[in-house]
Amino acid sequence: MAEKKTFQTLKIDPLQRQLLEQVAELHEVPEGAFSLRVNGQSAMVASSEHITIVPKTDKPGIDIYIAPGTKHESMHIPVVLSQTGLKDLVYNDFHIGEDCDVVIVAGCGIHNCGDQSTAHDGVHTFYVGKNARVKYVERHYGAADDKGEVEMNPVTIVHLEEGACLEMDTTQIRGVDRTVRETRGDLAANATFIVKEKLMTDRQQYAETRFNVDLNGVGSSTDVVSRSVARDASVQLFQAAINGNTACSGHSACDAIIMDHAQVRAIPELTANHVDASLIHEAAIGKIAGEQLIKLMTLGLTEEEAEAQIINGFLK
Amino acid sequence: MLELRHISYQVEDDGQNKEILQDINLTLDNRFIAFTGPNGGGKSTLAKVIAGIVTPTGGQILLDGEEITHLSITERARRGISYAFQQPVRFKGITVKTLLDLAAQRRLSVKAACGYLSEVGLCAADYINREVNDSLSGGELKRIEIATVLARGTRFTLFDEPEAGIDLWSFQNLIRVFEKLHEEIQGTILIISHQERILNIADEIVVLADGRIRQHGPKDEILPGLLYGRNCPEGCCGGKQ
Repeated sequence: MAEKKTFQTLKIDPLQRQLLEQVAELHEVPEGAFSLRVNGQSAMVASSEHITIVPKTDKPGIDIYIAPGTKHESMHIPVVLSQTGLKDLVYNDFHIGEDCDVVIVAGCGIHNCGDQSTAHDGVHTFYVGKNARVKYVERHYGAADDKGEVEMNPVTIVHLEEGACLEMDTTQIRGVDRTVRETRGDLAANATFIVKEKLMTDRQQYAETRFNVDLNGVGSSTDVVSRSVARDASVQLFQAAINGNTACSGHSACDAIIMDHAQVRAIPELTANHVDASLIHEAAIGKIAGEQLIKLMTLGLTEEEAEAQIINGFLK
Repeated sequence: MLELRHISYQVEDDGQNKEILQDINLTLDNRFIAFTGPNGGGKSTLAKVIAGIVTPTGGQILLDGEEITHLSITERARRGISYAFQQPVRFKGITVKTLLDLAAQRRLSVKAACGYLSEVGLCAADYINREVNDSLSGGELKRIEIATVLARGTRFTLFDEPEAGIDLWSFQNLIRVFEKLHEEIQGTILIISHQERILNIADEIVVLADGRIRQHGPKDEILPGLLYGRNCPEGCCGGKQ
């Protein structure tokens, strides 16, 4: 029997361990299907009984096959980069069988120790079979010791078959200097696509988020909700396009707290190509309300503590 | 004991000085004190001056002999002043439990947090994990606001029109909350109100109008006049009562 792999046998250094904790809450190699990518190379791939991971031969990345009917299983596919100047591009394709109910935890952590830009561009494509349910959790975290920038450009493409449901929780709270996040979805009848995005930028960071969802099947629905905080001189752009091509329902919301000298742009786009397409967009950008700070200060918090509580709650 | 000495507050309005509060002198050390009077008379402004939300343009404030006039909202809160807002604030993402923890300045047990909610007539299990956001009705929010002040349990507590918007909950319950709070803190509870049933539990009533104290005295002296109009200020009603 093969010896069980550990972070130690995989030669994961303390910095990389810290990144794994940040993006995947992993302290050790987890049970079940697992793929770990370190500094642009696959460090470990492990399949499970129902989840098969196959490295791609034509380009960097993996194919993940989840057998039909797989229930209550989870898999982790973290990526960590600690080498300055590295540009990593990876393609991961998820083939999820009918009637599955699974959790997929992805995440990318970059610690840039040098003065050159380090980037990770991950293209994730989901083919979700009939009536399958997927929870997809994605966390992005960056840190830099020197002048080197941290860049992440995730692309998520979601194809949902009849009755399928994918819920995507995506969080980028700290340390990513530049990001262009693109998410596209197409939905068959009665499929549901839910996105919850949490984003915070500070200093001179730039974050761009673009959603494009095609509601093609009767009874399909989407809910795209983004909450963001823009601090210092950071710039954010949020664009959500929902196309209602049949009897369907779509909702998008952008809710942003703006601070200091930041800039936030929200561009909603709703296209109804059918009389029974019901589409709603909400967008609100504003600073922290003075009365919220005052209320928390009357409970004994300082202004800084009150601000931190409000932001933590907002991005929770 | 809270002392207000010659408190005044002026604002500039259309190039003219407007006096919102004029030479207010009060010593507040009774159990229950009610501020009442017409809208715009200065009640809420005076409450905000006490809590540190509004800085007076003149005068001094002393809490148990210590001058607090120039202390921030936070410092006054830490010295034992609590303030239940007339229109409570909503917070996206902050739960009722978190707000109660912040108020109590410690992580409350679920049982303790539920206790405060039950006191204001809310079924705790339904509310403890709810966000203090737009999904709550005005009445629910108002009761949660009162619960946060109960969780603080400080020696000087201000309630700004606590009865306003309290739906499906009786005055009797609200009065019981005040009495229980007093038993626990043995301090002063100051309530801004227009309601006879609230004024009726006060030991002392202060009537504020046009930024001045119009009347001040024991409830038994002041309340009958307020109810029957005998103490109408001079000039009001054209002098005919």
